[in-house]
Amino acid sequence: MPVTVRTFTSSGDAAAALSSDRSARYLGGGTLVMRALNEGDISISTIVRASDHALSRIEATGSRVTIGAGVTFARILAERDLAFLHAPARSIGGPAVRNMGTVGGNLFAPNPYGDFTVALLALDAMVSVQGGLGSRDIPIEEFLQGRERQTGTLVLSISCQKPGQTDAFRYRKIARIKPKGGSVITLAAHLPVNGNRIVGARIALGSMAPTQIRARAAERALEGRSLDAATISAAAAAAAEGTAPGDNALGSAWYRREIVGVHLRRLLSGQE
Amino acid sequence: MAKTALQFRHNGRDVAIFVDGGTNLLVALRELIGDMTPKFGCGQGGCGACSVLVDGELHLSCLTLAETVAGRSVETLDGIKDGPNLHPLQRAFADNFAAQCGYCTPGMLMAAKALLDRNPSPSRDEVVEAISGNICRCTGYEPIINAVLAAASGGRARA
Amino acid sequence: MLELRKDIFADERDDNLKEIGKPTQRQDMLGHVTGTSPYFNDHMLQGMLHLKVVRSTHSHARLRRIDTSEAERAQGVRRIIRGADVPVNLNTLLSLINFGKDDEPSLAVDKVRYKGEPIVAIVADSEREAFEAIAKVKIDYEPLATVFDVEDALKPGAPVVNEVYPRNTFTYHETYDRQQLRFGDADRALATADHVLEQRYQMSPIEHAPTETNGSIAAPDTNGRYIVYTSTQALFFSVDTCAKILDVPSNTFHFIGGTVGGGFGGKVDTLTEPLCILGAMLTGRPVRYVFGREEEMQYGPPRGAERIYIKDGVMRDGRIVARNIRAYFDSGAYTRLSSYAAVKCAAHLPGPYTIPNVHGDVYCVFTNRTPATAMRGFGVTAMDFAIECQMDKLAHLVGMDPMEFRILNAYRDGDMKAHRREAKNTALIECVQVAAEKAKWPIREEFRRMSSRKDGGGARAAIPATPPESHAPVAAPSQQRTTYDRAPVATREPPPPPPPPSSPTPPRPNAPSHGATRFSSVFGTRRR
Repeated sequence: MPVTVRTFTSSGDAAAALSSDRSARYLGGGTLVMRALNEGDISISTIVRASDHALSRIEATGSRVTIGAGVTFARILAERDLAFLHAPARSIGGPAVRNMGTVGGNLFAPNPYGDFTVALLALDAMVSVQGGLGSRDIPIEEFLQGRERQTGTLVLSISCQKPGQTDAFRYRKIARIKPKGGSVITLAAHLPVNGNRIVGARIALGSMAPTQIRARAAERALEGRSLDAATISAAAAAAAEGTAPGDNALGSAWYRREIVGVHLRRLLSGQE
Repeated sequence: MAKTALQFRHNGRDVAIFVDGGTNLLVALRELIGDMTPKFGCGQGGCGACSVLVDGELHLSCLTLAETVAGRSVETLDGIKDGPNLHPLQRAFADNFAAQCGYCTPGMLMAAKALLDRNPSPSRDEVVEAISGNICRCTGYEPIINAVLAAASGGRARA
Repeated sequence: MLELRKDIFADERDDNLKEIGKPTQRQDMLGHVTGTSPYFNDHMLQGMLHLKVVRSTHSHARLRRIDTSEAERAQGVRRIIRGADVPVNLNTLLSLINFGKDDEPSLAVDKVRYKGEPIVAIVADSEREAFEAIAKVKIDYEPLATVFDVEDALKPGAPVVNEVYPRNTFTYHETYDRQQLRFGDADRALATADHVLEQRYQMSPIEHAPTETNGSIAAPDTNGRYIVYTSTQALFFSVDTCAKILDVPSNTFHFIGGTVGGGFGGKVDTLTEPLCILGAMLTGRPVRYVFGREEEMQYGPPRGAERIYIKDGVMRDGRIVARNIRAYFDSGAYTRLSSYAAVKCAAHLPGPYTIPNVHGDVYCVFTNRTPATAMRGFGVTAMDFAIECQMDKLAHLVGMDPMEFRILNAYRDGDMKAHRREAKNTALIECVQVAAEKAKWPIREEFRRMSSRKDGGGARAAIPATPPESHAPVAAPSQQRTTYDRAPVATREPPPPPPPPSSPTPPRPNAPSHGATRFSSVFGTRRR
């Protein structure tokens, strides 16, 4: 079947078209869908687009930020109020990919991509989606766990709380090629501090499982403690627990398990 | 097969073509307009050989659905010369031996142009960052970086 | 910066260098910077069709049935090409120089031997329609046992990869299963050496990953000829290969190429042209066959893997007295050019060193991997990697500086090489000296004074007695086998003198009388 392009002005109409056609994919920046078409993926025969301006809106003035699914990484880098997200945005692709790739699309990017989503997972983001039955908000972790089933839903926006302190949010992508390269592993940590103790620690990992996951054992090692050497060692030792990395050309599963603790230690102790 | 009419500016000139559904901008430029300067290298966004400017922004034409440039301005290597005169970047690439097989060169030049258009005197690190999405397999990054820096300082000297 | 050392070998050449040492502009630079250099794919022809191939999903399988009926009826499909449609569906690249047997079909007929092997070609109006038709081709595979390891492939009972070579090794001179080099008595020398070091080296396949993928466009031209735009690195080779496979005179074709978007050896196999031209012949239309990136990476031929065993005997004073090498080239499922790589490798043994006893066996082995091909220095690169790793380990073992160790063992003018040719124009010693100087690596005065032109020949020019292959194996080495163990470097001793040239100068060795000293069939014309 030839490919049909359907463009809608409202995201609701686009969502309806998406949910009613199994061969339909939503086209954001093109870095996933066009790639699939170029590689001969004949399971896609409808491309759905929406020109709804809400999809490219950024609300970042308050303590909670909302980023439209169609916002590109280049736009995040241009937004001073989103400085805490500049490191993950900058770690994606080269300039052209950052000009095209979107926050919403990144939620669907398979390994070794999807680095921005690692940051969003650590920040406990909410994903606002519109399906055939209306819109709803899904915690990002739940969204990722059911990602296979989400291709028929349209992501509208992502929202999260701004980190209270600058160094409460940390991000690190390990790549073999600098400044651009696929992820060997990606780490993000959100460590809110109350008094001297970490409260609500969240550690997210990329390329350590089929989707981005939380390092819950490491989080437990951090929770309620101060970020001292002993705590960091305990978290690093627990980093690989519960992960299920795979082998690819960038690194083996074994290698990923070996290095994840090393890099978590560096991330937590502020080392380069 | 149903075709869609598409109009956009190509190197300052209005063009109108009919595209099949799903046609990417690289194919539209090469096969429907005849501009062979953007190259196919991977179709995946990994190599940068197909880089073009869309409204002045660096984009990968192979990952751009052709219909999305309707009404917009697309600039390719074919459009950067000033009549018969080479663009300063083209001259600098030649003078600095910044091409070997030449296949990555159109994309490199567009990535470099995207940089210099908004940052006329970049640092070396900024040049490296700007061409980081463009792969050269003949091991020519150093001369390419030198060429971009030379074009930048050359342009400034003339300004 | 480039620096010319004109003081070295100054008397050997005309020093009137006009080009070397200064930049010279490429003749195609203007085309490159303006994007007008004509690559094969920069030609748009009216009514061009698109060719895609159905590739094997198995590494080794019998093809029970290939059903293309549904694909033939698919929208936009102009022609389905199967093995029976290829006029001469068996070829080997080097058959053009009468080297090797035809062993590879353009389209598999009864069996596939590697994952990704082409089985059916589809010519369609658009790439999308070709992709859709590919999904409609039904192939009934009967999986066969696979072998992916070169040494496993040589074991008794290993699956036969390619029936043309039932022992899984290329056959040289219609008889031999390897390239063999015998010089002196390596077994005996190993038995009396102070140290023996045996090591295993492995190099994985390497993909060339050119930015432009392999491809070609073929179109009917006037008077029954065909015009072919191609990415090939070997244009005339490709013309003749196509003429053979398509069973037409080579002047049927007008090949246009030469502007290649990166090759590095990965575009010499004539991978796309035969089917592309056949598509044009069968449809009467221009046809394009270009690899996608995944095809290029997964099924484009890589530099082949090599496994190398080196066993050296070395004396306490640092002289290497024996070198025994076994090397296995992984050719993948078909020969392509690996047979030649093994010849080149054997010709390179034992590296640029004078070693009086050398024993070499180099095998070209078939496995169920993607067929391997040329890549920059193939046949020599991995062997040099292994030999030079080994040299470092040997130097460490005897407590010598690795630079000085190389100078001590380097070949010199007048030495007899293991191939029974006199070494001429040797320059390793000078190379190491300059490298040491540049790296600010201290080497002792005696070594700085050594020269490729001094102290060679004489006893080092003799061809040692070489026992016939059938001689009884010597007793196991009596000394303890030494493994590389990162022992601390021993204190330096004064360098041992090179073996003294016997005086008076003995007659030159029995050099081959056919004038081959000036020309090496492998390395080309030498300086002198």
